[in-house]
Amino acid sequence: MGHEALFPEVLFRAGPVGITNTVLYSLIASAVLIAFALVVRLGLGRGLSAWQVVAESLIEHLEGVMHDMSQRDPRPYTPLVVTLALFIGVCNLIGLVPGLRAPTADFSTDAALAVVVFLAVPFYGIRAQGLRGYLRHYLEPSPLLLPLEVITEFSRTLALAVRLFGNIVSEELVIAVLLSLAGLLVPVPIMMLAVLTGVVQAYIFSVLTVVYLSAAVRAKPE
Amino acid sequence: MDATLVFAVVAMAVAGLAVAVGSIGTAIGQGRSVVSALDAIARQPDASDRISRTLFVGLAMIESLAIYCLVIALILLFANPFAHLFER
Repeated sequence: MGHEALFPEVLFRAGPVGITNTVLYSLIASAVLIAFALVVRLGLGRGLSAWQVVAESLIEHLEGVMHDMSQRDPRPYTPLVVTLALFIGVCNLIGLVPGLRAPTADFSTDAALAVVVFLAVPFYGIRAQGLRGYLRHYLEPSPLLLPLEVITEFSRTLALAVRLFGNIVSEELVIAVLLSLAGLLVPVPIMMLAVLTGVVQAYIFSVLTVVYLSAAVRAKPE
Repeated sequence: MDATLVFAVVAMAVAGLAVAVGSIGTAIGQGRSVVSALDAIARQPDASDRISRTLFVGLAMIESLAIYCLVIALILLFANPFAHLFER
């Protein structure tokens, strides 16, 4: 039972590459989000639709959080951070549909998302303060701390991935164990808790992304 | 007792111990941070939004320590890199 929880199932092989169900389910998550975006986009200019209200309140709330966290204009980071939050949120919630499995319960997905953040931090940092300015923050307050700064870059990326993976896998395991022990409908309270965990983990991932990004561009406030 | 059985028992015991010991510190840490956040909210109810937001991020940071223990336990049980040495 545990083996299936940790490793995805290979659906078919395309040459040497096995296409796992993680790929399928993350494509479903992307399709859900793209459909949502299209519905909102096509409804623009035709009066206020419910979809538009949902999208606007979601993005406005997240921008407010980003502003509180970084104390600067959040708009340059909105596309990245809100995309991460929405994608991770939908991926986590997909795992609650019977028969489907959360793509984030596969370490590859989490590692890929963490690598995106890992690459975005120097990108935004260099864009905000230039290459020299960005590299100088590694030498502050003292060049002696350079090894620690480098280790931090890698360890926080690993922590970002492992945190998401561990949370989602543990809750899927709990549901699976309860289902095999007690049967139908017993895991429902735990699944309600899993809705909360999934949303909170998406929130945490995006908030930590904002914290890392704002640390990288900090030299130039407002 | 053959080697495979000993290996399985040791792996299970260590996995349980890892989660048990790893949760102690995390539980104390999370409890303390929630206590001080509640204290702060009781003193300054206006700042409760900011406080609970920071609390969530802090709790996630602390919780990741317990999650590391859980991941190590899962690796020991289901993806042990040394399991092939003990296969019959």
